[in-house]
Amino acid sequence: MPPVLQGIFTIIIGVGGCVAYFYFSNLVLDKVIFPARGPNAGRNINRANKVRPWLFLFPAMFALGLYLAYPVVGSFWRSLFDRSGNNFIGLGNYIDLFQGSTFRTAVFNNLMWVLVVPAMATFFGLLVAQLTDRLKWGNIAKSLIFMPMAISFVGASLIWRFVYAANPDIGIINALRDFFGLATLDPLQVRFWNNFFLMFILVWIQTGFAMVILSAALRGIPEETIEAAIIDGANPFQVFFQIKVPQIMGTIVVVWTTITILVLKVFDIVYTMTGGNFGTHILPSYMMTYMFRDDGRATAVAFVIMILVLPVMIWNIRQARAEMR
Amino acid sequence: MDNIAGQNSGNRVLVNITVLLLVLLWLLPTIGLFVSSFRDREQISVSGWWQAPFSVEQNFRIRVGTDTAREEGGLFIIEGNVFDEPELMAVFEGERAQIAAFGTRAVATDEFAAGEQVELRQGGTLRVDSDGSFRVENTEAFGARGPTIYVGALTPPRFTLANYRTVMFADGMDRAFINTLTVAIPATIIPILIAAFAAYALAWMDFPGRGLLIAAVVGLLVVPLQLALVPLLRLHTEIGIGQSFLGIWLAHTGFGLPLAVYLLRNYMVGLPRDIIEGAKVDGATDFQIFVRIILPLSFPALASFAIFQFLWTWNDLLVAKVFLPSGAASQVMTVKIADDLLGSRGGDWGILAGAAFVSIAVPLVVFFTMQRYLVRGLLAGSVK
Repeated sequence: MPPVLQGIFTIIIGVGGCVAYFYFSNLVLDKVIFPARGPNAGRNINRANKVRPWLFLFPAMFALGLYLAYPVVGSFWRSLFDRSGNNFIGLGNYIDLFQGSTFRTAVFNNLMWVLVVPAMATFFGLLVAQLTDRLKWGNIAKSLIFMPMAISFVGASLIWRFVYAANPDIGIINALRDFFGLATLDPLQVRFWNNFFLMFILVWIQTGFAMVILSAALRGIPEETIEAAIIDGANPFQVFFQIKVPQIMGTIVVVWTTITILVLKVFDIVYTMTGGNFGTHILPSYMMTYMFRDDGRATAVAFVIMILVLPVMIWNIRQARAEMR
Repeated sequence: MDNIAGQNSGNRVLVNITVLLLVLLWLLPTIGLFVSSFRDREQISVSGWWQAPFSVEQNFRIRVGTDTAREEGGLFIIEGNVFDEPELMAVFEGERAQIAAFGTRAVATDEFAAGEQVELRQGGTLRVDSDGSFRVENTEAFGARGPTIYVGALTPPRFTLANYRTVMFADGMDRAFINTLTVAIPATIIPILIAAFAAYALAWMDFPGRGLLIAAVVGLLVVPLQLALVPLLRLHTEIGIGQSFLGIWLAHTGFGLPLAVYLLRNYMVGLPRDIIEGAKVDGATDFQIFVRIILPLSFPALASFAIFQFLWTWNDLLVAKVFLPSGAASQVMTVKIADDLLGSRGGDWGILAGAAFVSIAVPLVVFFTMQRYLVRGLLAGSVK
């Protein structure tokens, strides 16, 4: 069966199955298990209403459990075994990893990514959000800066290959160098700094996200606070840094953490631009070098990523719980 | 309010310029790709895309035939026009362009300016004028092989669809395009319903452990996908799905659910309580309330999740690399570009640009037509 037909069938079966599940499970609950008639009608209705939430939740919980919760445990367990999966070697994979210099480079680079990308994306996002706030063509400008959000990391990498290309007739950077009489060089092979050239691709993509959210937050600031500051003689920079920024600090933190989480997952850019060569590996790309070859190592790297994400995750959960109260 | 950054006129100019520069910086790389994808592949390699509207000097090598040679007072002469030679006919199709320079050696193809008279190494002289006419003179008869001339012709800018044609029909991008579509659409539709029911339960039904479940969803939101790859691939292999489209649909459904549940719950909580309670008083069941009231009212949130999930599945590389077989029959576009074209067509910039543009065209259309929902979804997810 060709995949397209298979896809159409899957949509029909998936959607139809879902509707049928919810409809019939509710029907069975109300008519067969706890029928709302006979001597126990009142008690049955209460019982049915206690069970019903779980009917609604079951498919999602099952899928979440299987596809996201179980792998956390499954990956950790697998990472304690060697390549074949038969011999338990405890933390052997982790010890081997930490002794390898590529892994240490990847961890170091990853920490740089985590520091630089959210900071730069939030900074540019805030800058654009503030500057376009009262501009006539602000919406067009925002829309154009937001656009890279729609582009895949692979597409974005290709776009930036044209910028970084080591050829003055393709890459703008080398064309500029050529113009000033400098020799052609491959930016992606300049040790250490090449990491920043790769990071900028992600900044380019994520700035739009930061801008959209911060722009909405800026609009939400009560005008009176700004007016009061102006009457008190605050200059524009004071208004921005001492009145506006403190009031949207919560949103800035949310943007920052969201981008941080993303940074810890993105392997596409490094994979397409350098393949991890020239000292540019980060953990997600380093993991892919073991994928399909050594599951023990691959899961160990993945678990290290999980440990890096953990503080953000805990902070997010606490934040969500505080909001619900 | 007239004192805020960018309000007095000097500042306003500065703000306009800064924003303009930022927008240009953000836009230029994409424009470069777009322009390059339409340029002739020969021209791409001799001038940057920012010079695309101008003529470029392209070098051609011509071997002059000796069959038109004639003798005139002891001199052997070949006359002609380089634009009539087959090498240039193929490109210029009989049109005349300007010759900027010419040469006689491969190492220095533009050694002489047009109109100069130069000595040939094998004896005799050569002259090429800027209109393309040339004249070779020699005191001895020419052998079977005439002299070789290199000319730099100013070629007018040429834009073509050839790159797209090659990408789509010779490089198999058409197949990859259909595969991407096949992955993205079911993977977008299936999680929506599952998530909507769960979100309703989390928003409007009372049961013990609700808070914990919401916290769990928020936690799962940030679990790195990398953790899921190895255990799930093994699971899929064990239950017989293996690497297949069914496998990737299931995987995308699972990975998309936390965001879907979270977004939809946040939206549904904000729906007016009166409507729902009124319906309950009138005797509607939860199922009826959900189908008749909640779903239609939640349309904006459903739309924004659908856009997110569509963009994410369309643009994904990682999940496709792991859960789909690696053969050309099931490669999606991102995998095709990253694993196939970058290797085999690494230096062929026109092809790469065409392929990239084919892969980002659909997301861009979705983005510009549905930006409103996308923004709304982003805001629902992060600002409360």
